[in-house]
Amino acid sequence: MNELTSLARRRFLQFGLTASGALLVGFRGSANAAAVPAELLGDDLVQLTAFVMIERDNRVVIGARGCEIGQGVITSLPMMIAEELDVDWAKVRVIQLPYGYEEIDGKPGNRYGDQFAGGSTSIPTAWKDLREAGAAARWLLVQAAAEAWSVKADTLHTESGHVIHADGRKLSYGALARTAAARQLPKTAIPTRNPDTFKLIGKPVRAADGRSIVTGQNRYGIDEYLSGALVAIMLRCPYLDGTLESLDDSEARKIPGVRDVVTIDGPKAGEVFDGPLATGIAVLADNTWAAIQGRKALKPVWKQGPWKDESSSALARTANALLDATEGGIEVRRDGDLGASRKQARHTVAARYEVPFLAHATMEPPGALIELRNDGALLVASMQNPDGASRIISQLTGLSRDKIEIRLPRSGGGFGRRLQNDFVAEAVLIAKLAGKPIKLMWMREDDFAHDFYRPFGVHAMEATLDRKNRVAGWSHRCAATSRTWRAPGMEKDPLFKGCLEPDDFPAGLVDDLEKVFYPVDSGMPRGWWRAPLHTFHAFAVQSFIDEIAFEVRRDAVELRLEMLGAPREIPFRGHGGPVFDTGRMAEVLKLCAEKIRWDQKRTDGRSVGIACHFTFGGYTAHAFEVSMEGNKLRIHRAICVVDVGRVINPLGLEAQMMGGTIDGLSTALNLGITVKDGQVQQKNFPDYPLLKMADAPKKVEVHIIESERDPVGGGEMGIASVAPALANAIFATTTVRIRKLPLLPELMRML
Amino acid sequence: MQKPGDPSKPAVVTTAPSPVSSPLQLAINGKPYFHDGDPTMPLLWYLRDVLRLTGTKYGCGIGACGACTVLVDGKAARACLTPIQAVADRAITTIEGLEGDTLHPVQQAWIENDVAQCGYCQAGQIMAAVDLLSRKSKPSDADIASIGNLCRCGTYPRIRNAILRAAALSEGKLS
Repeated sequence: MNELTSLARRRFLQFGLTASGALLVGFRGSANAAAVPAELLGDDLVQLTAFVMIERDNRVVIGARGCEIGQGVITSLPMMIAEELDVDWAKVRVIQLPYGYEEIDGKPGNRYGDQFAGGSTSIPTAWKDLREAGAAARWLLVQAAAEAWSVKADTLHTESGHVIHADGRKLSYGALARTAAARQLPKTAIPTRNPDTFKLIGKPVRAADGRSIVTGQNRYGIDEYLSGALVAIMLRCPYLDGTLESLDDSEARKIPGVRDVVTIDGPKAGEVFDGPLATGIAVLADNTWAAIQGRKALKPVWKQGPWKDESSSALARTANALLDATEGGIEVRRDGDLGASRKQARHTVAARYEVPFLAHATMEPPGALIELRNDGALLVASMQNPDGASRIISQLTGLSRDKIEIRLPRSGGGFGRRLQNDFVAEAVLIAKLAGKPIKLMWMREDDFAHDFYRPFGVHAMEATLDRKNRVAGWSHRCAATSRTWRAPGMEKDPLFKGCLEPDDFPAGLVDDLEKVFYPVDSGMPRGWWRAPLHTFHAFAVQSFIDEIAFEVRRDAVELRLEMLGAPREIPFRGHGGPVFDTGRMAEVLKLCAEKIRWDQKRTDGRSVGIACHFTFGGYTAHAFEVSMEGNKLRIHRAICVVDVGRVINPLGLEAQMMGGTIDGLSTALNLGITVKDGQVQQKNFPDYPLLKMADAPKKVEVHIIESERDPVGGGEMGIASVAPALANAIFATTTVRIRKLPLLPELMRML
Repeated sequence: MQKPGDPSKPAVVTTAPSPVSSPLQLAINGKPYFHDGDPTMPLLWYLRDVLRLTGTKYGCGIGACGACTVLVDGKAARACLTPIQAVADRAITTIEGLEGDTLHPVQQAWIENDVAQCGYCQAGQIMAAVDLLSRKSKPSDADIASIGNLCRCGTYPRIRNAILRAAALSEGKLS
C-alpha cells in the first residue's frame, strides 16, 4: 500500500455507547479523514488508531486527549493505552492531541471521546474507554502477525512491543504496523487486560513532557503567536454589570505600536454568562507592551450597574439575617423529625461558619489566540472545556463546528477557571471587529476583577445529642450566593446546586436531619472552583463535628467513626456517587489519625487537628500538627490520606494530594475575594497572597490506600478537608475557634 | 512595589517612548541582539514578543510572583519590571539558555523529582534556584525558603527536594 492510499484510508476509532451501555470501539469510514495533524505524519510513522502511531524502529507515539492543566492527564491517560498496547513506556513518546470534533451520525461528537477537564472525571472516563483503545491497537497488530505467520491469533501473545509466536519467533509492532493499520476492527468489544497482569498502571511515572517544561520549550496557550495577529489587551468595566458611557481613546491611539481600539459589549444585567463577562475596550497593538501602554492611556467613563452598592459586609449581613429568620428557604433534604429530636436533646450545639468568594488565579491568566477566516477558524488557548469553546465560536461566527480547529496546549493551571470560555468569546468578537487574527492577553488585574468566583456563603449548623452524647439530629442551613445564577446550562438546576449536596455527610447517617438553602442576591459571577461545593461546605461540617466533640468531651475521631457506623454503602446521588462507602471513609480517617499520632499526648506545645471528606468518589482525610510561636502559626506536619480506588500513576496522585493540600492551606489561611461598592477589591497577588515556600510545610506526608476498585480521579480530592483540619488544629493549640475563612486574619483578630 | 491604578480613572502616561538614536545591544543566552524599539519595554515582553523566547512567563507584571525570573549577570531578576535599557550589555540568561551540552543540574533535579504540575511557574523557580545555588552551594532549609516565587499548584515540597538534589549533583560534578 502506498503512502497516499494509507493516508486516505486512515480511519479513526469511534466511541459510542450502545443502548445496553456496552462500549463499542470501531473504525468508521470518515469523510473527514484528513484531520490528522500534518506534523504527526513522518515517512516512518504509521497511524494505527486515533491514539496510536508506530514508527518503523518500533518506537510508539501515543496521543494524549485530555486538557492538561497540571492534573497529569498527559501522562496518566497515555499510560492506560500503553498498558493495553503492551509497549515499554521508555519507548513511548506522548503528543498532545487537538480537539477532536466530528459529526457522528449527524450529531456533534468527538473522535477522541471526552476531552473535558472538570469534576476529576478524566481518569474514570479513560478507565472505561482508553484501555479498550489500547487493546484495540494491540488486537490489530496481533491479527496482522497471525496473518503473516498463517496461524490463529489466539496462539500468539505480546510482550514489550512485539507479537510473539508460540515457537518463540517475534515480530515487532513497527514491522507489523502498516498491515495492521489496514485491518478493520471487529464490531464487538475487545477484551482488556486482567488488572493482575498490569506492568505499567500503578507504577510511578514522571510527567511525559517534563523535560520540555524545565527547558522552557513547552508551549502554553500564552506562548502561541500567529503571523499577522495583533495583541489585544482589554480594559473591562470594573463595576458588576456596569456599562461604558463614553470613551476618549485619542491618547491610546497615539502610542507607537497601537493599531486600533474597539469596544465589545458584556452581557446585559441579568443575562446568562455565555459570552464576555463584562463590557470592555480592547487595545490592539503590535506587541504586548504597546497594548499595555495603550490601555493605560484610555479615558473611559463607566456607568455603574445595578450592583453599585454591593459589598461583602452587606452580603454577610443579608446571609445572617436570612438564617436568623429561619422561615422560608429551599429544602434540600429532610429526614425524620428534627423537632422531636430537639425536644429530646440532652445537648444542642450550634455554630455559624462563613466562607468567602474565591478567585481561581491560575498562574497563566486567561487568554486566546484566534484566527477567523471565511472558511474556518483556528483557536489556540489554554482551556478545560474545548467543546464549549467550539460551540461559542460557532455561535458567534456562524461557522460550522467542523470548520473550527482547536489546539490544546498545556495550561498554566485551571482550577475550574477555564471551564468558562468568556475569554474565547472576547477574542472572537474582537477578531471580528478587527478583521485580523487576535492574541488576547489578560493581565493579572483583569483576572482578579473578572472571574467566576467560588460562591460566598454562611453555614448555620446545629446538632442535637442524645443521652449518650450521640448525634441524633442535624441541621445544616446555608445562605449563599447561588452557583446557578446566570450560569448557562444550569437554568433548571435547583438553586442549591454547587453549594449544598443533599447526600453529603452526615446525610443518611443521622436519623433527624435537614438541609435548607437560602439564596443571597449578588452581582458577582460565580463558577466552579476546584472541588467546588466540597471546599465550600466541608469547612463548616468538619469544623462543627469538632465543636460537638469538644462540647460533650468526646474524641473527635471516635465521634466521626461512630457517625459513620458500620462499613456499608449508602446512596449518594451527587457527582461521585452512586454510593458513599462509610467503611472507606473510616479507613482513611483511622489511618490519618494513626499517622499524625492522634492518641499521643503532646507536651511540646504542639497540637493536632483532623478532618475527612468525600469528594467526587474519592475519600480523603487530612491532619495537621501545629503550634503558635508568638503570633506566628507553624505547621509542623501535614498528613493526607486518600483512597481513590486503583491508582494509575502513584507519583502523579501524590503530586495532586501534596498540591491539593498546599492549595487548601494557602486558600484557608489567607485567600478571599471581597467586594465593595460593586467592585472586586483584590487587584493582584499582594492582595491575594498565595502561600510561599517559607510558609508552606516542608513536606506533605501523603498516604495512598491500595485498592483494586475502579479508579476515580485525583485532581480535586486533596483539598476539601484541609481547611477544617487546620481550623481544628488551631483550636487545639490556641482554644480559639475560627469560624470564618480565611483563617489567618481571623486568628490574628481573635488572639 | 508598584500598585496597579484604579482602572476606572484614566492613568497618566508617564513612559512615552522616546526616539532611540542607536540600537541597544543585548546579550541573551550568549547571543547578541540589537533592539531599536522602545527602550523602556520590559525585558519580559522583549523576550516573549520580539525574540519568541517564551519560556519566561508572565504572571503578575508587578514583580510579585516570580514567573518571569531570569538571570542578569548571574543574579535573579524579575523580567517584568526590568526595562530593556537597564540590561543593555549585560549577560542575560533565560530558561532556554540554561542547558549546555547536557541539562543543567537544576533542570536534571527538577525532572528527577517530577516537580512540575501545571509547570507554568517552574521556569522562574528554576532560575531562582540556579541563582540561589550560585550563592549557596549547600543551601539550608531557610535559604531555600527565601525563594519567594509563587506556585499555584503547591509544588513547594518537591521544589525543596529538587534544590537539594541539584546541590548534590553540582557537588558531584565539581569533585
